[in-house]
Amino acid sequence: MSTVEYVRAQDVPGAIALVAADVAAAYLAGGTTQVDLLLKDGVGEATRLVDIGRLPLAGTEQVGDVLRVRALTTMADLAEDPVVIARLPLVREALLAGASPQLRNMATIGGNLLQRTRCRYFRDRRVTACNKRRPGSGCAAVHGPARMHAILGASENCIALHASDLCVPLVALDAVVHLQGTGGSRTVPLTAFYRVPSQRPDVENVLEHGELVTHVDVPLLPSGMRSAYLKVRDRASYEFALTSAAAALSVEDGTIRTPRLALGGVGTIPWRAREAEDVLRDAPATADTFRAAAEAAVRDPFTVPGTEFKVELAKRTIVRVLKDVSGVPS
Amino acid sequence: MNTGRSTGIADVALRINGVAFRGAVDGGITLLDLLRDHLELVGTKKGCDQGACGTCTVLLDGRRVVSCLVLAAQCDGREVTTIEGLAPEGGLHPLQEAFIRHDAFQCGFCTSGQLMSAAALIEEGRAGSDAEIREYMSGNLCRCGAYPNIVAAIRDTARQVV
Repeated sequence: MSTVEYVRAQDVPGAIALVAADVAAAYLAGGTTQVDLLLKDGVGEATRLVDIGRLPLAGTEQVGDVLRVRALTTMADLAEDPVVIARLPLVREALLAGASPQLRNMATIGGNLLQRTRCRYFRDRRVTACNKRRPGSGCAAVHGPARMHAILGASENCIALHASDLCVPLVALDAVVHLQGTGGSRTVPLTAFYRVPSQRPDVENVLEHGELVTHVDVPLLPSGMRSAYLKVRDRASYEFALTSAAAALSVEDGTIRTPRLALGGVGTIPWRAREAEDVLRDAPATADTFRAAAEAAVRDPFTVPGTEFKVELAKRTIVRVLKDVSGVPS
Repeated sequence: MNTGRSTGIADVALRINGVAFRGAVDGGITLLDLLRDHLELVGTKKGCDQGACGTCTVLLDGRRVVSCLVLAAQCDGREVTTIEGLAPEGGLHPLQEAFIRHDAFQCGFCTSGQLMSAAALIEEGRAGSDAEIREYMSGNLCRCGAYPNIVAAIRDTARQVV
């Protein structure tokens, strides 16, 4: 086991000051990936963990048509939130499809957003070629057995997956992340928060060192919108997605209005499928439209032999979730 | 502020099965290792030690967690219940009796985690059907494949409790 220094933060400004001042420091919230990666796999640079678990950053609040979710709200608590149940059913479905009951009691929403984009090669320090761990060293996953890897936003440099279920509906809904740093606060749309690996797989988002996610604002679904989260995986429960899709739309006289679609299990970032939305918008709610949208969503994948199956699986996942939400018979 | 020290030691005070523990622990030690290696509460088992198997499940302030991914230092001021504290000294919890009755284990290694998780599941009101029990027990793996009997034991116990 690695030894780390443990520091219990007393307040939010104090926590931010501690981490911002020390490049070797990192926040510790629920710990489900932080403790796992850092202390068990030995992956990551932090030698000092600043525990923010006691800070007053838990709970939700409805502000007009937005649900404000504070960063330390657990996955379990958010899934049982009355506003989520009534107005954000796809968020609830994604939360309950993720991890296990034990992990959902521990894991926080801020931590879910910030879980490392990762793959088994990244987690295995014996593997030397990993651009995410050692920039410039190559990508073992591209040349080795792969399955739980990304096909969108991926390249020769990195095919590690952003494994969050929750983030899939959140990018579909245009959630906004609120950040606080030593210099003040700022907001970033979740769709602009993550960075595809490109030349720098080690940089996964726009967060500056020391910045803290304080809360996430999630726009509520307008009444009349139907939504669903569909997750396809190797076993029935407690498993990462092979593919997943979050969809929200309404149908007026057989025509699709205000479609929202995002994909999981396939992207190096939670994947908003805007090209597919363009196909769906104001189009007839038919199986042909859904298939055309699916083709548009997965038009330019980067695959390796182990992930080729995901191209068609992702398309079928999209078609099925669209049929479900629009009430078109299969 | 408790800023820790360069040695990585953290002071903690918590209650485990109703008994107070106060001491200095390594900042990186998990609750699981504190229980097993320092407090001789070895009923909680170490399986994968990476949050994947559920064998180390305990209750933290009444909610089930995997103790391999909780730092002991994070438990300051909190209440931990392990398998040793599930039933009063010398007695069996109704779930333990049901597991015996239904032959819900073979090697037994995952059983304490199964029991802690099952106790929490009933408390959460997730024993409404076999499908719901299976879904909400999915964080606990059993390599012997005793799942049907585990589900039966939980179903039986939940019925008695309700």
